[in-house]
Amino acid sequence: MKNYSSFDVLGPIMVGPSSSHTAGAARLGKIASEIAGQGFYKVEFYLHGSFAKTYKGHGTNKALVAGILGFEPDDERLRDSFDIAKSKSIDYEFIESDLGYVHPNTVKLVFKYLNNDDFYVIGSSIGGGSIVIININGIEIEFTGSYPTIIVKYKDKKGMISNITSIIADAEVNIASMKVTRDRDDATMICEMDSQIDEDTINNISNIEDLSYIRFINTKRS
Amino acid sequence: MFNTGKELLNLCEEKNLKIYELVIEKEHTLSGLSYDEIKSKMKNTLEVMKNSATQALDKEIISVSGLTGGNSKKVESYKNNKTFAGPFINGAMAKAFSTSEVNASMGKICASPTAGASGILPSALLSAQEKMDLTDEILVNALFTAAGIGEIIAKNATVSGAEGGCQAECGVAAAMAAGALVEISDGSPSQALNAAGFALTNIMGLVCDPIAGLVEYPCNLRNASGVVNAFISADLALANVDALIPFDEVVEAMYKVGKALPESLRETALGGLAATPTGKELEKKVIK
Ligand code: SF4
Repeated sequence: MKNYSSFDVLGPIMVGPSSSHTAGAARLGKIASEIAGQGFYKVEFYLHGSFAKTYKGHGTNKALVAGILGFEPDDERLRDSFDIAKSKSIDYEFIESDLGYVHPNTVKLVFKYLNNDDFYVIGSSIGGGSIVIININGIEIEFTGSYPTIIVKYKDKKGMISNITSIIADAEVNIASMKVTRDRDDATMICEMDSQIDEDTINNISNIEDLSYIRFINTKRS
Repeated sequence: MFNTGKELLNLCEEKNLKIYELVIEKEHTLSGLSYDEIKSKMKNTLEVMKNSATQALDKEIISVSGLTGGNSKKVESYKNNKTFAGPFINGAMAKAFSTSEVNASMGKICASPTAGASGILPSALLSAQEKMDLTDEILVNALFTAAGIGEIIAKNATVSGAEGGCQAECGVAAAMAAGALVEISDGSPSQALNAAGFALTNIMGLVCDPIAGLVEYPCNLRNASGVVNAFISADLALANVDALIPFDEVVEAMYKVGKALPESLRETALGGLAATPTGKELEKKVIK
């Protein structure tokens, strides 16, 4: 049987009212913005299922905006996130929509940049404040953000995976799970680790040739 | 270390420990944190609980949707009138309402075990502290008792209203609080589990039917009645009232009852109070 920590049972400490519709939404916003990268001027939120139905009463909208501003689910600024976004000139829009056969609490976040293409992330809030990211720009993936995670995209060629994993191994970081998906020549690798990785290691990986995209999500799990 | 109530009781007896001592020991083994670190983390949880349980006592806090609010203050100012249940019980209900209102207004709470049921445990502990002059350390220990009981239920049943109805949220919260109260009163580990079993028994079958799908009503009432359930269950156990069905079997029964509930009574807002004519009216008003 899975062992629970006392702080799983008594937790999370969060801003209400709902762990799935508020705390999970804030986490989704935060992790999605880390995947997309800073500098966006607007985010469109496509709300699906129960998110679409009850987002106002649950403050899902405020929590999502707080998330893209980088706030954690227990940050009491959640309820003022609209004003804070405005003061940072970040625009937002909520659109009720049908995202297909996905979890009822799912949202697609489209990040808009002045000089770059749109970037989108789809994720679901699966209960108790936990989340799963299921799609990045059309690439189906699955990761929970519970572990420090590396996401890389590259033109597939021999030795890429071992290049990356050996740098991680040199840093004495243990890989918890790794998934690679391929769409024609483009490969996407998601690597979850047992502990956070430092700047140097990040730089070493970034220096690998032919990476078209790289992100580190150094989540801390409270 | 322990998955069932029976295993928990055996370990307590073997090592001559209280439930909370065993749970702290387990947390230490599991996380690698020191005893001091674990306790100070829980002290932080207690602080969040104290704030949420008192914020709305003298201040009207209205929910994001506008559906509920202000009840904590009403009950708090009523409690010294000529009441049926007395100032202690009324004060406890006011504190339970307080956390529910803080939660519904996007304030900070600790899910225990869920956000919807987060009013019960803080009110139980805080009310006990006021009545019995308890130190914060005793309350911190009691939180570990509660966590241990909650863990067993989460492992063998569910603590989600969508899965098991409100008995799995407000029922489990009351069970955790009842067990914690027993240890505060120096009751035995088996009395603590009896109390938890009583609390679940008292509300077995309770459905989840939130108006408009929002964690507000009847959640707030069930937090208020949930803390009362915790107090009477603790007292019944301390009085050694017979517990014919062992805790583990009560938990299993609760789980099966939850599974047997139709989906309309499991957080979908399609049954119970949510589906009444007035419930639907209110839904229309707050959703759009
Ligand atoms: S009625 Fe449903 S949403 Fe409300 S507290 Fe109970 S289980 Fe949670």
